[in-house]
Amino acid sequence: MTDTTVKALVYAECLDGKLRRVALEALGAARLLAGDGGSVHAVLVGGGPGAALQEAAAELAARGAGVVHVVDDPALAGFAPEAYAAAIGAAVAAAQPSIIVLGHTAAGRELAPRVAAGIGGGHVADVTAIEPGGDGGAAALLTRPLYAGKAFEQRRFLPGAPQVITVRPNNLPVAEPVAPGGEGWIAALPYQAPPLWTVVRGIARKAGGTVDLAEADVIVAGGRGVRSPEGFAPLAALAEVLGGAVGASRGACDAGYCDYALQIGQTGKTVTPKLYIACGISGAIQHLAGMSQSRVIVAINKDPEAPIFGVADYGIVGDLFEVVPLLTQRFRTLFNKTG
Amino acid sequence: MQLVVLIKQTFDTEEKIELANGAVAEDGVKFIMNPYDEYALEEALRLREAHGGSVTVVSCGTDRATETLRTALAMGADEAVLIAQDGLPDDGSAVAAVLATAVRELKPDLVLAGLFAVDRGAGSIALQVAERLGLPSASAVLKLSVEDGGGAAGGQAASRASWGGGDGRIAVAERDTEWGVETVAIPLPALITAQQGLNEPRYPSLPGIMKAKRKPLRQLGAAELGLDAAALAPRTERASLLPPPARAAGRKLSGAPAEQAEQLAELLQREAKLF
Repeated sequence: MTDTTVKALVYAECLDGKLRRVALEALGAARLLAGDGGSVHAVLVGGGPGAALQEAAAELAARGAGVVHVVDDPALAGFAPEAYAAAIGAAVAAAQPSIIVLGHTAAGRELAPRVAAGIGGGHVADVTAIEPGGDGGAAALLTRPLYAGKAFEQRRFLPGAPQVITVRPNNLPVAEPVAPGGEGWIAALPYQAPPLWTVVRGIARKAGGTVDLAEADVIVAGGRGVRSPEGFAPLAALAEVLGGAVGASRGACDAGYCDYALQIGQTGKTVTPKLYIACGISGAIQHLAGMSQSRVIVAINKDPEAPIFGVADYGIVGDLFEVVPLLTQRFRTLFNKTG
Repeated sequence: MQLVVLIKQTFDTEEKIELANGAVAEDGVKFIMNPYDEYALEEALRLREAHGGSVTVVSCGTDRATETLRTALAMGADEAVLIAQDGLPDDGSAVAAVLATAVRELKPDLVLAGLFAVDRGAGSIALQVAERLGLPSASAVLKLSVEDGGGAAGGQAASRASWGGGDGRIAVAERDTEWGVETVAIPLPALITAQQGLNEPRYPSLPGIMKAKRKPLRQLGAAELGLDAAALAPRTERASLLPPPARAAGRKLSGAPAEQAEQLAELLQREAKLF
């Protein structure tokens, strides 16, 4: 194969100046979709110190991006969707890709529909698995959840339609490094910021060190069984030891024990961590939809008949306020020994 | 202020999903207004209460969606428009084309939609509508107000909406992102998507339900909007529909709490190969 046309463009999202893992998962997806013969470009967008973007660019180039387009402009210091969409547009004009891949993140969910509508393409969102189409010209099959995971569909693009795909964090493998010498090159991309609509007036940052739910490897979630806002403290302690995030069921959110931002379920966030520990969550169908694709599920509940035990790999019938601190202690000891 | 709310009828989130003959079975299923669209509608009603104007709800769906639109009218919306889904391809781009055309005719100052629909969960169509109409947007909004923009003093570009509108006002929104709660200001006309926590939607009142029966509910076909086949051409199609991978119940750990905790830590390490 000597096809050197650009097949795919990846929007490589950064958070706090660092390349997000989902950016490397999107790059992996793009390489898979482009196939062996097709080239993959990446676009890095930001208005921060150039050095941070250069570091991210080098990583993308080392993991199979043939060209990394860097758009570094003061207009991109805050997240103005129109400015970011225009930066992706500049990369689309430069690379002429037939496939554009973004992470299904707050930024990607905002940008992908605009990019798709702007180029007359389709958007397949929240993709969790990809079956490449192969050389026969068959379209790739893109698996995505429906009803937050109560069912799945495979979608494909119709011939000739520009393809915009957002991939769910934590589901696809990251792009592997290419052989030494095969690295791509990095180029500054000329960019004219559009007239800006969005003025970012301020950001209330999340508490330091908090892991984002969508990308967390471990989630410790609480339900009505935590009984109060203070009841989340032992869960937060366990999450911290495991390097994970705290989540919640709708019941806990509705009861005012925690913020709706933590809600996991068909309303709320759908998550797929490596380990999900459900504490005092009964397992309503709309909650199960949001978490039952997690790799390993642990349930801790007083009620042996709670439906959550039906999807749990390991169940503990007991009081979370007794069991969770013991677990925290146990893991702290284990990690101290090995680490 | 002209407010337009995009609404979708969805399965109740308590419903199980059964697949039959390559489709999701709809027999005996309870349908509701997409929960995120309820927040959008409630916010539109509150903005109308504060600033005057009218609220029009727009949906693309089957005849059954008239029930959901009547609910929206009973909650307090002034008018409803239902665009027939029959004959449209199963593709978000086509639906976005239809909705954009219908919304343009209503010349809104603000369009509100849910962050995503709990059935497809893509969260794409509203923002495709914003792009097609040249509207600024703020997604996953947790708090919203409409203020006087003070003209061009804010250094903000005007919305590109073809109908003008907005009267120099801005929407100030707090939105839920992965980098924190971000406060943004965008010029009207604009589109926002509602995140859970924006408000507590009201229930339809009995007088509201009675009044809703007499409020206008227009039903249109895509052809009546002047859209031709090319504008509605699908970009994607469904290749298959699958149940979720089965998940068997595992085992329950026995013993005193301390023993259970120890066993679990051991199993997660050795058997599940975590950590």
